Amino acid sequence: MTYTPHKPPLAESPEQLRARIPGWGVDLDPKDRPSVPKLQFQEDFTGAHWEFPERQPERYPRERSPEHGMLTPVFGTAQPPSGVSGAIRRYAYRYSEGRTAHWLLLVLGDRVDAWEHHLKSLLTLHPDNPVTETGVKAEFTHHGLRSRVGQHRTDLKHQVLDPVIVGGPWIAAAGAAYAGARRVSRSLARAGSDGHRPVH
Amino acid sequence: MRAMVYRGPYKVRTEEKERPAIEHPNDAIVRVTLAAICGSDLHLYHGMMPDTRIGHTFGHEIIGVVDEVGSSVQNLQVGDRVMIPFNIFCGTCWYCARGLYSNCHNVNPNATAVGGIYGYSHTTGGYDGGQAEYVRVPFADVGPSRIPDWMADEDAVLLTDATATGYFGAQLGDIVQGDVVVVFGAGPVGLVAAKSAWLMGAGRVIVIDHLDHRLEKARSFAHAETYNFTEYGDIVLEMKKTTDWLGADVAIDCVGAEADGNFLQHVTSSKLKLQGGSPVALNWAIDSVRKGATISVMGAYGPLFSAVKFGDAMNKGLTIHTNQAPVKRQWPRLFEHVRNGYLKPSELVTHRIPLEHIAEGYHIFSAKLDGCIKPLVVPSAA
Repeated sequence: MTYTPHKPPLAESPEQLRARIPGWGVDLDPKDRPSVPKLQFQEDFTGAHWEFPERQPERYPRERSPEHGMLTPVFGTAQPPSGVSGAIRRYAYRYSEGRTAHWLLLVLGDRVDAWEHHLKSLLTLHPDNPVTETGVKAEFTHHGLRSRVGQHRTDLKHQVLDPVIVGGPWIAAAGAAYAGARRVSRSLARAGSDGHRPVH
Repeated sequence: MRAMVYRGPYKVRTEEKERPAIEHPNDAIVRVTLAAICGSDLHLYHGMMPDTRIGHTFGHEIIGVVDEVGSSVQNLQVGDRVMIPFNIFCGTCWYCARGLYSNCHNVNPNATAVGGIYGYSHTTGGYDGGQAEYVRVPFADVGPSRIPDWMADEDAVLLTDATATGYFGAQLGDIVQGDVVVVFGAGPVGLVAAKSAWLMGAGRVIVIDHLDHRLEKARSFAHAETYNFTEYGDIVLEMKKTTDWLGADVAIDCVGAEADGNFLQHVTSSKLKLQGGSPVALNWAIDSVRKGATISVMGAYGPLFSAVKFGDAMNKGLTIHTNQAPVKRQWPRLFEHVRNGYLKPSELVTHRIPLEHIAEGYHIFSAKLDGCIKPLVVPSAA
């Protein structure tokens, strides 16, 4: 036991485990484990026929971590930075990955990006639809209630926050738009009534 | 082409997008026949990964058929049926040359702390992923492999990440014969890690989760003992009791950034994004093992800081091993295990979601509805 030199005994012997579990012990020897040791020189370069690969053309100024000595020869070109979120992201890449500012600016850029696209989508034939895009229909087609009731799930405690996270900003935006429209309408009404005020 | 696109936290849809083009002589374009949603995709879906851009297509577990190749591609031909590791890697940088394909230095300009990954934000390189009809595959001579004729599609797609990662996670535990191994998380990676621990000679394998259907799978798929942590006041104490007060020899964290079990930790990370991840499972792992033990971290965490109990880890003299799995390095041995029937990845698949219903697929997986363990995505053109 723990307070003596001996390890607590196991319930099953290796023979019993081998009989019960298909493949028990086939990788017991570390030589059979492909990632042991961690660093192993790969003589075949896994099929690569270059020492340094050809460079992918850079068609726009590609943002990169200042911890890189150069732009990597290959990179993704999905969703180039644009708009206010793009400016925030480009600014974030002035900071190294070691700086919290780098990551917090990227998180801010993500939130701004979402709003930019939500607003833009309202001007298209395919506006964002928080109902269809959250897939909540599955609650009715894939046993939403039965998957939760009577289960020992601890995530139910915070799942109630999900609708607030998704719907909250939309409700806040709708409230702000309503308040703004009301203020404009009142200002216009006041200006109109001022126009009829008698001049002395 | 049709593709899944991200529209903000908890929101995705399928929309028309331009088919990807060859951008480098060693690119290939692959027509996707089957993809999967990974547990780590949920971190993106929940808005936790910095620099996840609106319009991004997720998906890093992909198989398909080569549709077009760049001018320098030698090892693949149009029409080849291929499986694509989730790592994008060049094969010859300092890291790749030593087998650390997941740490490739030539594919991710956005960060040096992580390699390139398909459809996993700009923090991993800004590549659109494979939950779409087509995907751009950089370094086609290096990453993808032809799927062996005997291998089923559902086994192949699970070998591109979940199976390889679980198997790699068990290796990082440095398991020796007779070790007591505790696996936190009974998702696909945890289930494979638990089964792989037996292959490496473990004497006892325990899986901890809070979802009964997943623990049931841990018993049937991975032959493991299971604990639902919600049934115990203190799961760490329970691990001490069940190991005669010594603690486990090895723990494997297969949960990562959105661990449950501590409301404050979960909400500050997953909901408020104030931490890189909720390290509940990692902290339980640190406290559940014996002194001098090894912890393998397979769960994905974001780049921001997390409230990890590092003092306990230091004082206990723990060895902590981590990394994204270098998938292709695992394949030759994993192929043998699948062929011999020691590992049956396709047994983990619970849902097959048409690409057009991607929003429902993400919701089912995220809200853990309908006994979901592993959802696959079937593109319309497949």
